[in-house]
Amino acid sequence: MKDFRYFDGVATLKLDGETCIGCGNCAEVCPHGVLVVESVESGKKARIVDFDGCMECGACMTNCPVEAVTVTPGVGCAAYIIASWLNRAGIRSSSACCG
Amino acid sequence: MVLPFVEGFYDTPAGRVPQIKDSLALRDHWGSVRCRIGLRTDYTVQPGLYRLGGAGADSPVVITANYKLTFDTVRASLRGVDCWLLIVDTDGINVWCAGGKGRFTAEGIAEIVRASGLERVVSHRELVLPQLSANGVSANALWKLCGFKGGFGPIRAEDIAPYLAHGADESMRWVTFTLAERLVLAPLEVALALKWVALVCGVGFVLSGIGPEIFSLSAAWQRGLLVVYATLTGLLVGALATPALLPWLPGRSFAFKGAVAGLVAALVVLAPLAWGRASLLEYAILVTWATVWSSYMCMNFTGSTPFTSPTGVEREMRRAIPWQLGAIMLSIAAWIAVPFF
Repeated sequence: MKDFRYFDGVATLKLDGETCIGCGNCAEVCPHGVLVVESVESGKKARIVDFDGCMECGACMTNCPVEAVTVTPGVGCAAYIIASWLNRAGIRSSSACCG
Repeated sequence: MVLPFVEGFYDTPAGRVPQIKDSLALRDHWGSVRCRIGLRTDYTVQPGLYRLGGAGADSPVVITANYKLTFDTVRASLRGVDCWLLIVDTDGINVWCAGGKGRFTAEGIAEIVRASGLERVVSHRELVLPQLSANGVSANALWKLCGFKGGFGPIRAEDIAPYLAHGADESMRWVTFTLAERLVLAPLEVALALKWVALVCGVGFVLSGIGPEIFSLSAAWQRGLLVVYATLTGLLVGALATPALLPWLPGRSFAFKGAVAGLVAALVVLAPLAWGRASLLEYAILVTWATVWSSYMCMNFTGSTPFTSPTGVEREMRRAIPWQLGAIMLSIAAWIAVPFF
């Protein structure tokens, strides 16, 4: 998304160009156009074109058939993170956000 | 009992399938409104296969979540389209959140494909998946599990019909966050916060009455009202104004954006309310109080946006929460101390 930007340089997204087979799944499912598939000498390869646009949803990783793209996926939601902190501290809490 | 959105039944080789309406009734809209303002939480439809229009063996199968709001949005956007709607059990959670929380999965889809006998209803082996379920659904795993090939359709329900007709274009694949999309989420944020506001205001009245004469009812009322004004200002700015103004507020941190908006709004809104009723110091405390609330509410709005990463949210929380807590403690201590000087 070009009109909304979050922090730069924090995403956990990684792409292993060696392993990538250029199937294009990641580019198709990414809702922020972070990845594209380009023609290279050896065929096709994915490339990260907008690293800071990544919101770590994990769609690319879930749909990569060869585990070339990895990310620590999660929900970017403060209420959810607070609930998980509380849970870790032994305090049971239900998250206020979407279930 | 036949559900209001079912207008009949259609016989297929796998049994009777409910034929559903492609238009929304007043009660559907009312249900959506109640959901949006937090009056209704458990809002689901029965998972399974539904028929829209004159769907037959060749018609596409569109997959979505069993959240009634989602179900309504999808069927209303498919007006005049002959297709099947296969509703997956996501515990009544929307597509995106269910995918992120592991409740919208290839296994879940495969299960409903089998349970509905879909392979006997349609002659093809393709499913149209919502793009925003890709965080939870592996199309590859789905194919292995049930022999149906899942293709990711568009993000927005309104694009499903054009997608079925012409395929995807880039605009269908990119998530947006328009003013309307931001504001429709705001009422729920306010509703969820209201019970905390009630508690805060109650405590505010009690603490406001503490003074040299131990407890003053008139001070509790007069100063307590100021606390209510400040709390409501912070809440409404943080939950309504900042989502609306999001692209124009400075900084990238939501906590910071909320603090800036809260500070400016509180300085303006609270000045006439505090005039003649509070000292300059009390006014400063009230402004701080409103600023923190706005900052916290705006930080919570990260969960409603489609572009904040969990790593980023956690980072800004680790930075902002100490400031928020510090300012809260300082405000409360100062508010109690003021009458003694």
